[in-house]
Amino acid sequence: MTAQPAPQSGSDQGSIIDPATQARQRWMAVLARTDRAILEQEWHDHFADVQWSHLREPQIGMVMVRGRAGGAGQRFNLGEMTVTRCAVTLSDGTVGHAYVKGRDRIQAQYAALFDAIMQRDDTASDFIDMLAHQQAEAKRENARKVAATKVDFFTLVRGEDE
Amino acid sequence: MYVAVKGGERAINNAHRLLAEKRRGDRDVAEIETSQIEQQLSLSVTRVMAEGSLYDRDLAALAIKQGRGDLIEAIFLMRAYRTTLPRFAFSKPVKTAEMDIARRISATFKDLPGGQILGPTFDYTHRLLDFTLMANGEEPATAHTADHPVDETMPRVLDDLLNYEGLIQDEPNPTNDDAPVADLTREAVKFPADRDLRLQNLARGDEGFVLALGYSTQRGYANSHAFVGEIRYGSVAVEIEPEELGFAIDIGDIELTECETVNKFKGSKTKLPQFTRGYGLVFGQNERKAISMALVDRAMRAREMGEQVMGPAQDEEFVMEHSDNVQATGFVEHIKLPHYVDFQGELELVRRMRAEVLERLAKADAADAENARSQPEAAE
Repeated sequence: MTAQPAPQSGSDQGSIIDPATQARQRWMAVLARTDRAILEQEWHDHFADVQWSHLREPQIGMVMVRGRAGGAGQRFNLGEMTVTRCAVTLSDGTVGHAYVKGRDRIQAQYAALFDAIMQRDDTASDFIDMLAHQQAEAKRENARKVAATKVDFFTLVRGEDE
Repeated sequence: MYVAVKGGERAINNAHRLLAEKRRGDRDVAEIETSQIEQQLSLSVTRVMAEGSLYDRDLAALAIKQGRGDLIEAIFLMRAYRTTLPRFAFSKPVKTAEMDIARRISATFKDLPGGQILGPTFDYTHRLLDFTLMANGEEPATAHTADHPVDETMPRVLDDLLNYEGLIQDEPNPTNDDAPVADLTREAVKFPADRDLRLQNLARGDEGFVLALGYSTQRGYANSHAFVGEIRYGSVAVEIEPEELGFAIDIGDIELTECETVNKFKGSKTKLPQFTRGYGLVFGQNERKAISMALVDRAMRAREMGEQVMGPAQDEEFVMEHSDNVQATGFVEHIKLPHYVDFQGELELVRRMRAEVLERLAKADAADAENARSQPEAAE
């Protein structure tokens, strides 16, 4: 039996977000997915002389992950995940924040530092773009491996390609 | 008394040292690293995260190592650890419709947009032991890579395909996000329980228990004949909205397995016949649990659907009070711990009862003997 998709009904309410915030959301998402060693290396190579201090020391805690019944209905609490947060202040007063999955305090600290740098003057934007590209590539590579497991009923039925 | 305590303490310490030695096993065999457990026993890790109700692969691997592979012990360790951490936030509901798919199948439609994606599955394996895994130095197979990735968005079978024809019930209250969400980690469970609480309970419930109950619904202990509309497994981004920021941020990806079942429904005087839904959502890759959860979720909707409760899976109090394996283990296993005083009391009581019975019997015997002597003819 062949099924056809219905027209999309707007499920999740998207409030309007200004472009600056959207850009910040993007780099924070990229930083949250970057290993501590890469962040640490980049900081030492290019930002080692930046003066900064902790506004909030790295702290490990949890986020309660929520789902929806049926994927679209009533909300429920699925279970918790570990998260580390950190906030830093640059010497000019710029504040950077990070909330990252897992328990790596150093990763959270550097993610907050790069958040601050990106708000101050964008000087890490090439680094962020490079990371975003790598992450997209890794995701695509994985999606290609998954695609190789797609059942191709069409080819099986025809059997005339040989 | 004091001496007994000292003696117990030494025995306990030595028992724990012996346990540590047994955990390590033969020292000629290389010690297992937690990263090996995390990578190569990933489905154990998944189960410990789901039932420990804490998504952290490294911690789950450590718990498995510490628990010598006893997953319920590992789950207990995870639960204990989570009580030491503050909770920063609740996430926005995860968008499983936007999942990065690693597996997606439907048992109700063969040919569907996005396709049947098998992913990393044990299905269709022959279940024969593979002795090459035992041989050292065997080069593991690498995955085949297709030219093109899977579709970025895949329609949901229940919402986008079945609901198009109005053949399946909508999820109740899909946009009422002002309602509070029940949380069994913060408040005592009260009955009747709403679906949010039931789903939370099942998501962290024991896989074996939920599996058995799901199975019972198929064998007739609930009338909710189910098809698997869709199973998807993959990664979703988790978003939170920290107060200090005032906008949502993406903090990383977690893996989830989701199962939606399509169940029968007769209809009523006021409703056209429609399919109904069961829902399962679990941390990591675990479709056995996700399917079982969906079956039991649907069974526990009996009250809402006006169905007669005829099996344990439909009895929310029975299900929810027995699904938690840490609670269950605690209560079942506590009876092995010292109950000396309780037992002394029981012992006294049984001895007294026996003495009373014996005394009564002796009196009765004496009376019988007396009667027999005075009326010998009655013995006939």
